[in-house]
Amino acid sequence: MSPPLLGVEEEVQSSVSSPSVECISENGMGLKERNYLGLSDCSSVDSSGVSSNLNLATELRLGLPGSQSPERETEFCLLNLGKLDEKPLFPLLPSKDGICSSSQKNVVTGNKRGFSDTMDGFSEVKGYVYTEKSWMFHEAGSDSESPQSVGHGKYPGNSGVNVILSTRSPGVQASVKQDEPANVLQEQPRATNGTSLKQTVISNNTTGAPAAKAQVVGWPPIRPFRTKTLAASSKNNDEVDGKPGPGAVFVKVSMDGAPYLRKVDLRTYSTYQELSSALEKMFSCFTLGQCGSHGTAGKEILSESRLKDLLHGSEYVVTYKDKDGDWMLVGDVPWEMFIETCKRLKIMKSSDAIGLGNYLVSRTLPKNLLEQWRNPRPTTKKNLDMGANFLMPNPNQTDNSEVKSVGCVVESERSYHVSSHL
Amino acid sequence: MNMNYFPDEVVEHVFDFITSHKDRNSVSLVCKSWYKIERYSRQRVFIGNCYSITPQRLIARFPGLKSLTLKGKPHFADFNLVPHDWGGFVYPWIKALAKSRIGLEELRLKRMVVSDDSLELLSKSFPNFKSLVLVSCEGFTTDGVAAIAANCRFLRELDLQENEVEDHRGHWLSCFPESCTSLVSLNFACLKGEINLASLERLVARSPNLKSLRLNRVVPLDTLQKLLMRAPQLVDLGIGSYVDDPSSEVFSKLKAVIQLCNSIRSLSGFLEVAPCCMSAIYPICENLTFLNLSYAPGLQGNDLTKLVQHCRKLQRLWILDCIGDKGLGVVASTCKELQELRVFPSDPFDAENAAVTEEGLVLISAGCPKLNSLLYFCHQMTNAALITVAKNCTNFIRFRLCILDPVKADPVTNQPLDEGFGAIVRSNKSLKRLSLSGLLTDQVFLYIGMYAKKLEMLSIAFAGDSNKGMLYVLNGCKKLRKLEIRDCPFGDVALLQDMGKYETMRSLWMSSCEVTLGACKTLAKKMPSLNVEIINESEKLESEQLELSFDDRLLVDKMYLYRTLVGDRKDAPEYVWLL
Repeated sequence: MSPPLLGVEEEVQSSVSSPSVECISENGMGLKERNYLGLSDCSSVDSSGVSSNLNLATELRLGLPGSQSPERETEFCLLNLGKLDEKPLFPLLPSKDGICSSSQKNVVTGNKRGFSDTMDGFSEVKGYVYTEKSWMFHEAGSDSESPQSVGHGKYPGNSGVNVILSTRSPGVQASVKQDEPANVLQEQPRATNGTSLKQTVISNNTTGAPAAKAQVVGWPPIRPFRTKTLAASSKNNDEVDGKPGPGAVFVKVSMDGAPYLRKVDLRTYSTYQELSSALEKMFSCFTLGQCGSHGTAGKEILSESRLKDLLHGSEYVVTYKDKDGDWMLVGDVPWEMFIETCKRLKIMKSSDAIGLGNYLVSRTLPKNLLEQWRNPRPTTKKNLDMGANFLMPNPNQTDNSEVKSVGCVVESERSYHVSSHL
Repeated sequence: MNMNYFPDEVVEHVFDFITSHKDRNSVSLVCKSWYKIERYSRQRVFIGNCYSITPQRLIARFPGLKSLTLKGKPHFADFNLVPHDWGGFVYPWIKALAKSRIGLEELRLKRMVVSDDSLELLSKSFPNFKSLVLVSCEGFTTDGVAAIAANCRFLRELDLQENEVEDHRGHWLSCFPESCTSLVSLNFACLKGEINLASLERLVARSPNLKSLRLNRVVPLDTLQKLLMRAPQLVDLGIGSYVDDPSSEVFSKLKAVIQLCNSIRSLSGFLEVAPCCMSAIYPICENLTFLNLSYAPGLQGNDLTKLVQHCRKLQRLWILDCIGDKGLGVVASTCKELQELRVFPSDPFDAENAAVTEEGLVLISAGCPKLNSLLYFCHQMTNAALITVAKNCTNFIRFRLCILDPVKADPVTNQPLDEGFGAIVRSNKSLKRLSLSGLLTDQVFLYIGMYAKKLEMLSIAFAGDSNKGMLYVLNGCKKLRKLEIRDCPFGDVALLQDMGKYETMRSLWMSSCEVTLGACKTLAKKMPSLNVEIINESEKLESEQLELSFDDRLLVDKMYLYRTLVGDRKDAPEYVWLL
C-alpha cells in the first residue's frame, strides 16, 4: 500500500502534506517541513524534547467563531507525537476510513458540515481541499500577488489543510456528546506526563484563505463581533479595491460556436483567474459537448485522451480587443490596466489563436492549469474540467518544461485515483 | 481635629471629591456615620458581577443612585465559551429600578442580555435618563433602540459598542423627536442596517452639543461630508463608508470641510475604505490622540504607515497586523506619546503571512517610553524579545500577548516563554492585567506569584504542567480579582488549597481543566458566600444519563465561581448546575 501512496505524496506535495507524514518519511520524500501548530520541529520522528511532552489535542468544539462560510470543509488532523511510534500516522488514506470514522464520531459538534459527511465522502473532503487551493481565487485581500498557481505562500494552509488521520488517543476530551454523553466527561484525559494537550485539528475556511492551523473553540481570543465585522469588511473592500473609481465596466463576450453573446462587468473581478472561472461558468454549456470525457463523474478528469486534447490545442483561449482595436491575448498586462483597456472579450479556439502568443505554439501549459491537474477535484460536477477549457496565460508563467512534468503528473494522478478507490 | 465634629453636610462635601469606586467603598467602611453619609451621597455605582448583589439591595442602600454600571457574563463569554442564554439579564434590574424612586440617569452595561422590552421600560421609566452605553451586549433589536430615541427626552448619550443587534431596518433614527437637541454622543457603528440619511443629517444639525459621532457602514462619504459641515466641533468621529473617487466634487468638499474640523481627537471606523481617499484625513492626524483602524481591513500596510506618520500626538492606537513589523517601526519613531497599543490579527488563521512578529513589539517598546497598555496578537514571540521589552518598558498596567498558535515555543530556542513573561512581570511592578500565551510551564506562574504583586486579572490558556502553577498564582498574587483559566492541567488540589482566597476575588473561571465535580461540590459546600456554577451545555444530556453524570469523579468541563451576597441566582438555564 505504501509505495503508490507515498508516490502520490510526492507529486501532490504542495497539497497533501502533513507534518506527521513528514515525520515518518522525511528522507525520501523531499517534503517540506512545516512548523505545524507551533511545535518546534516535527521534522523527525523523535521530535524535539520540547514537543515530546506535548500531546497536542485541543478538542474542537465548534468551528471558527463567527465564520460565515456556508460550505465548510472539515478535515481532521490529530497530532499525537508521543504516540508516533506506536501508531503510524498516515496521511489521508481510504483504508483508514473505518478507524477514522469511528473515532471521529466523538469529535465534532457544531461543525456545520456534519462530520460523517466528510468521512463518507473521503475524496469529497479532498476534493474540497483541492477546490480551494488550486482552483478558485481567494479574496485573501492580496489579489495583486500572482494568481494562484502553485501553492506557495498564498495558501498557507497547505500543511495543515490536508487531512491526516490517525487513531485518536482515547479519552480525548469530549465535546461531542452525541454518542457517549455521560461517559465522555469521565474519559477526560490529561495524561499525567507534563503538559498534555491534545489537539484535534480541523481546518476551516474563513473569509478566503484556507485555514491552516488548529481551530479550537474560543481561540484565538477574539470577539466574534470583530471577526464577523472584519469578514464583512474584507468582502466589501475587495469590491472596492482596485477600482480607480465607481462604475461598472461591461464588455461583450463572444465565444466561437456559441449562438449568443454575454456581457460581463469586469469590475466585479479582481484577478484573471476570477474572470476565467466566471467565463467558464458562463460558457460551460457550450463546451461540454466538446470534451468527451467529462459528463462522467469527476474521477476521469484526466484521462489520457483528455490530456492529449488539451495538449494539442483543442482548447479555447480568451482574447480581448483593446482601445486601439487590436486583438490581444488576455493575461499579459496587470489586471488594472486590462480593465481600463479592454473593450470586448472573445473566446476562441486555440487553434485559431495561433500567432497571438508564443505559449500556444510551444504547447506549454500555464501554471494554474498545471496546478489544477496536480490537484484534481474528483467530485463536484461543477468542476468538470471547466478550467481546462480556458487557457489564460499566467503573466508570471515561464517555461516549456511544464510539458514533461505534466505527463508525470498524470501518471501519478491516475494511481492516486486508483488508490482512492481502495 | 476629628472629622466627626463636622456636620454631615461638610463630610458629604468632602466625599464629593472622592470619585473612584474603590475609594468610596473604603470610605464607607470607616465607621457607621461615614457609611451612612456615603451611601446617601453616592450617585455612581459599579457592579462588576450582576449576580453578586440584587437590585433590591442596591436600591435600598443607595437611594440617590443616578448612574449604574453592570457587567454580566464572564470575560470568556467573549470567545464563545459561555452559552448565550447563560444569564446576565438586565430586565430584572430595570424593572426593580423602575418600581423604585430612583432617578436613574445613566446605565452602562457590558456583556449583558438586553431585550427590547427592557429598553422600552428603561426609556419610559426615568424622565431624566441621559445616557445609555451598551458594550458587547445582545438580545435587542433596533426597535429597542427606537424606543430609547423616542422616549428619552433629554438623551445625551447613546453609545452602542460591538453589540449583536438584530437590525429591523426600522426608522429608529427618525424616532428622535424634533425637540431632541441634547445629543452629545451618538455611536451606532455596530448596527448593520440601513438608516435614513436625511434624518441623520437633521438630527446632527439640531444637536449643537454633539461631540462624538460614530457612523455605521451604510453612511456614505457624501453624507459624511454634510454631517461634518453641520458638526465641525466634533471631538470623536467614527467614519462608516469612506469610498469615493478622489477626483469627484464630493471628495473635494470633504477635504475642505475636514480642514475645519480641528477639534477631532479621536478617529475610528473606516468600515469600508478606498485607500486613495485617505490623504484627506491627514490634516486631522496631527491632533489625534486616539486612532482605531482595527475594523478597516481595506487599508494595507503602507496605507497605514503613511497615515500613522502624521499622527505625532497619538496616545492610543488600535490597528490590524497588516501594518507589519516595519509599520510598527514607523509608529515607534513617530508616536512618542503612545500609551496604548492594540494590534489585532487581520487573518487569525493565516500563519504563513505572519504580519507582525516579536520584532514589531521590540521596536515599539524601544520607541514609545510611555507605553502602558498592550494587546498584541502575533504569530510568534521569543524570550529575548520579551526580555528586551521588559527592559525598555517598565510602566505596563495591561500586558496581553496572544500568540495565535496556542502552545508555540520560542522559535529560536525552542524554549517555553517562561523567562520572557517572567521578565515582564519582574520589571513592571504596576502590572494589573496580564494575558499569557505560547508554550508555558509552571515556572512562569512561579514568577507571576513572586513578582506580580499588583496583578488583578490573569488570563491563562494551554499553560502549566501541574497544580503547582495555579497555586503559585493563588498564593502570590494578593490583589488578584479575576482569574480565568482554560485548558490547563490544574485540578482539585489547586482548587481547594485555599478556598478563602476566592472570597477576596470577584470570580474564577476554569474550563477544560482537571477539576472534578466532587471538588466543586466540596467548595460550594464549604463556602456559602460563593456561587459555584458548572456549565454543561455541550452535554444535552438525557435524564437517565444525568444520574450517571453526578459521579463526583467526573471532570468538569466549565466551572465559574464568584462571590456573592445573595446566594444562588434564580435565572440559570437547565444546563447550568448551581452547586
